[in-house]
Amino acid sequence: MEDILLLNSIERYLEGRMLEEEKNFFEALRQNNPAIDQMVVEHKLFLHHMNEYADVENFRDSIHTIHSKLSATGEVRNSEEPEGFTGKVVQLWHRYRKVTAIAASIACITALFISALAMYFSPSVDKTQLERLSRDIAAIKANQQVTNNTLKEVAEPKIPKGAIVKTGGTAFLIDGKGYLVTSAHVLAGSGAIVTDNNGNEYNSKILSIDQSKDLAILKIDDKDFKPVKNLPYAIRRNQPDLGEELFTLGYPRDEIVYNMGYLSAKTGYKGDTTSCQLSLTANPGNSGAPVFNKNGEIVGIITTKQTQAEDVVFALKSNNIFKLIDSLRTTDTFFKNVKLPTFSTLKNMDRVSQVKKAESYVFFVKAYN
Amino acid sequence: MKGDPNEQVLLKALANNDSKAAETIYKDNFNMILNFILNNNGSYDEARDIFQEAMITLYQKAKSGSFVLTSQIKTYLYSVCRRLWLKRLQQLGKTTNGIENYETVVVEDDVEIHERQNAELGIMDRALNSLGEPCKSLLEAFYIEKKSMDQIALMFGYTNADNAKNQKYKCLIRLKKLFFSQYNIGE
Repeated sequence: MEDILLLNSIERYLEGRMLEEEKNFFEALRQNNPAIDQMVVEHKLFLHHMNEYADVENFRDSIHTIHSKLSATGEVRNSEEPEGFTGKVVQLWHRYRKVTAIAASIACITALFISALAMYFSPSVDKTQLERLSRDIAAIKANQQVTNNTLKEVAEPKIPKGAIVKTGGTAFLIDGKGYLVTSAHVLAGSGAIVTDNNGNEYNSKILSIDQSKDLAILKIDDKDFKPVKNLPYAIRRNQPDLGEELFTLGYPRDEIVYNMGYLSAKTGYKGDTTSCQLSLTANPGNSGAPVFNKNGEIVGIITTKQTQAEDVVFALKSNNIFKLIDSLRTTDTFFKNVKLPTFSTLKNMDRVSQVKKAESYVFFVKAYN
Repeated sequence: MKGDPNEQVLLKALANNDSKAAETIYKDNFNMILNFILNNNGSYDEARDIFQEAMITLYQKAKSGSFVLTSQIKTYLYSVCRRLWLKRLQQLGKTTNGIENYETVVVEDDVEIHERQNAELGIMDRALNSLGEPCKSLLEAFYIEKKSMDQIALMFGYTNADNAKNQKYKCLIRLKKLFFSQYNIGE
């Protein structure tokens, strides 16, 4: 019973609930009696621990309540797979991402290695490096309608009904009677019509095609065509000179286009001696276009360009025209009266006048089936 | 990283037993810890236990007046949880290799203090539990639930508060004996 009283007093003392007089009395007691002092200290310590314990227990309770509440409302997740399937996937991803990363790296390196091997051992293909400069069907088709509508044509288009235009390119007169030269690959179809720079269309016949040289002869076979007495330009029999300034007229679009450049090599692709290399801008549709030097002499016919390099264009040397005509003459008397122009009247003229004189004899070719 | 002033306010409220503050912190951080534990070979229940342990650590630290928050609460809780989880895994003899580690702050001391306090609380807990009824409930009502002696007299069917008080002191003497038999003052 005494213990209880004492404990009660100590607790009241520690909680500061004693009156002043009682407190003084108790403190005196504490000083005189070490056992009581010991009990006070001990109880103080005990209460400290008890309070701490109470605090933490209360807090623990409150966060339990909070957890139940938040997981019930879904404000915190309430199970291991709360986000359904994707949650599981994300979890798997987190768990295995290192492995995945390593596997991906290995796959990547292997793929690179194999493609490097493949590139090293596979033979290079010439085809991909050269691009023929004839215009493909799609481009022609798209433009055909426009051409027909906008050109000042009164007459029906000369292309036979139902015919499909296959390719397009450029051709130029080599004889005023209507003989034209173009690239063989331009004439992918069975027939061709040619259009001059004023939009007049003429039917033409394919007389000869030399696929090996990529050269073809056409003859305009149309009553509307008026033969030309003298062509202003010449066709050069000799080799062109390195660095010679050159220009060309062609039909990369439905209108005649002028371009200039220079002779950059005396041989063509991979040392081909029948052609030469030019540095000028050429586009699909330029195939078969004449290459003039500054004196108005035709030195070549544009055939291809290198796809992997800018402004590297190849032209068949003009002496091949002579060679072809000569060989045709031996077999076909029809070619006896073809006379190639050898004298240029464009010499010492400025470029604008040269182009003005020459452009009427450069034609747009459409080959059809 | 400096502590956010808003977070300082939040911590002060936490120390003052503001349940709204505890709820805010709980809501903002639990999912992160859950992901961390799940990704490192733990279960939902383990995540909850670890997180609540970390909340208690934060609470104790907030209550000790000296606490100045030097990082975000998020970083602090993550660091504590990571530390606690590593220890748990080590105790279970599981591998602790490859436990992911984002930015953490040094919490080793805090975790150690928390564990020592936990040990002391454990002594009190065991002492209380070995008291038997009605002493246990009576003392809990008084010291933990902070009920007045009048309320306690009513709850436990004593005729008046003085009777209840006498009973309480009897129980208290027993509890103290049990407690100090475990608790070494010199420690």
